[in-house]
Amino acid sequence: MVPFGSALMVSALLFVMGLVGVLIRRSALVILMGIELMLNAANLAFVAAARHVGSMDGQLFAFFVMTVAAAEAAVGLAIVIALFRRRRTTDVDQVSFLKW
Amino acid sequence: MSGSSALVLEGLLKVAVVLAAVMTVVGNIVLVERKVAGWIQDRVGPNRAGPWGLLQPLADGLKFIFKEEIVPASAHKTFYILAPALSLTAALTTFAVIPFGERFVIFGRAIEPIIADLDIGLLWIFAVASLGVYGIVLAGWSSASKYSLLGGLRSSAQMISYELSMTLSVVGVLMASGSLRLADIVSAQAGSVWNAVSQPIGFLVFLTSAFAETNRLPFDLPEAEPELVAGYHTEYSSMKFLMFYMAEYGNVILSSCLMVLLFAGGWHLPFVEGWLQAAPAGVAGLAHFAIFCLKLTFFLFLYIWVRWTLPRFRYDQLMNLGWKVMLPLALANVVWTAALILAGWV
Amino acid sequence: MSGRELLFWADAIVAVMTAGVVILHRNPVVCALSLVLHLCSVALFFLLLDATFLFAVQIILYAGAIMVLFLFVIMLLDPAGEGVAGRAGKPQMALTLAAAAALLAVMARALPGLEKGGGAAALPEGFGRIDGMGRLLFTEYLFPFEVASVLLLVAMIGALFMGRKEAD
Repeated sequence: MVPFGSALMVSALLFVMGLVGVLIRRSALVILMGIELMLNAANLAFVAAARHVGSMDGQLFAFFVMTVAAAEAAVGLAIVIALFRRRRTTDVDQVSFLKW
Repeated sequence: MSGSSALVLEGLLKVAVVLAAVMTVVGNIVLVERKVAGWIQDRVGPNRAGPWGLLQPLADGLKFIFKEEIVPASAHKTFYILAPALSLTAALTTFAVIPFGERFVIFGRAIEPIIADLDIGLLWIFAVASLGVYGIVLAGWSSASKYSLLGGLRSSAQMISYELSMTLSVVGVLMASGSLRLADIVSAQAGSVWNAVSQPIGFLVFLTSAFAETNRLPFDLPEAEPELVAGYHTEYSSMKFLMFYMAEYGNVILSSCLMVLLFAGGWHLPFVEGWLQAAPAGVAGLAHFAIFCLKLTFFLFLYIWVRWTLPRFRYDQLMNLGWKVMLPLALANVVWTAALILAGWV
Repeated sequence: MSGRELLFWADAIVAVMTAGVVILHRNPVVCALSLVLHLCSVALFFLLLDATFLFAVQIILYAGAIMVLFLFVIMLLDPAGEGVAGRAGKPQMALTLAAAAALLAVMARALPGLEKGGGAAALPEGFGRIDGMGRLLFTEYLFPFEVASVLLLVAMIGALFMGRKEAD
């Protein structure tokens, strides 16, 4: 039996790590990966809670989060490709203006 | 011997037997492939090593072992070495949930001819198989060669595309049997008709996608030798190349097993089943296994037959076929199966 | 400590270490591969928490599809890793770490409160299995399920639109 509290703590730690990744990295691709880390941490908390409560609703939430993550990855990567076509970079600091 | 240690021993034995069997088939199917190719092209094929060339697999293996190991200077070493291991591991791990026949009794002990009877068996196969892509992608990237990279890129796009239609084509089978356990799927077909008969479209889509997933002709663009030298394994030699080779044939055997189990009734044959029920238990078990092997041989032969008959697709044709033909057809199969179930025919 | 708990902590170490590599390593390909390992470790968490269906979906969908897409894009855009974008400057780094530490502290303070209310509830039959998930999905969660399918359609069209070749 996995203790609920420790599962939540691991999930919190992973979430914060994902957040740090999003904030300190400049490559758009790695920023997207940081977002995936955060979504997964949230999923872990959902599934742990579902196990703790004994109801499958938490698992379904995790399922929907995965769906959203798939959509997010597809659109996000398409944006990165479009960006690279125009600017030859994936560095978000170099595309900080609104118009060119 | 206590019960649990006997169970562990039984599990280990099963793993050993299945691995040995798969490896033997892999070794010999290469010979069969060359023989059949020779026959189709009206020539003899390998006939030098041993009588009728039967020792050819042994000679090939020895040759691979004694070849020089080359690691390109600019390669990313860790991933370069990891890639073939990953490919082969993924190919072999999937066999854990494949049942090879009905439960049989030996030395007073009932044995299920399957390593791990998971109730998400089919999902396990798809999960592990989807990890196998990394071996190819990594090989393509870590070799630091443009041919390898192009091969890796092509195969990742191709495998993602065809995985969709492959998974969707199986949905019809799952609807008809109501279980993800492969043994249940087989027994569901024993009660009615084979899925290949009731869902011809699904079978066709699965067959096509399986060819694409295993990178075999007519979909072998990741390693198309006229344009890409050898694709993702251009820079590999000796044992590492052999591992890719074994992984490819392991996948071929796996998808043939899946076709037998999912669509062709597994170890059952129509008409003789009643006769087999009356036979003694040992004979029936053996007969079931023989039927399974027979069907497996047919599908393996189909793989070889197709390879030496059809020309290669162009890359855009491949993608068009995957997304614009196979995916809608797989969806149509789901609707078709739903209609069959509603009409009470399955 | 039970075997399951031991496995959980071993897996937690793997998860944290791979996550660390994802956010720190300079080479995006290494980041992506480390993320694949991380996703597999999360899948193992799911298995340990009796979510067998999510375990399979996590590997098929995340590790097998989304991450291959990531790797594909990385290899397509910048195979040699020449235009590798590094990390942010010092001030941003310091601010980030401070904010992260604060967030972690808040969560560490708040989370133990959730554990109250005795041990885990008894699991219903077929917990986390595919049939139970499917039944819930097509009854109670039918509307969110349909919305998710529309979302996927929109995302697909959006991705096609963003990724298409420019007319000029």
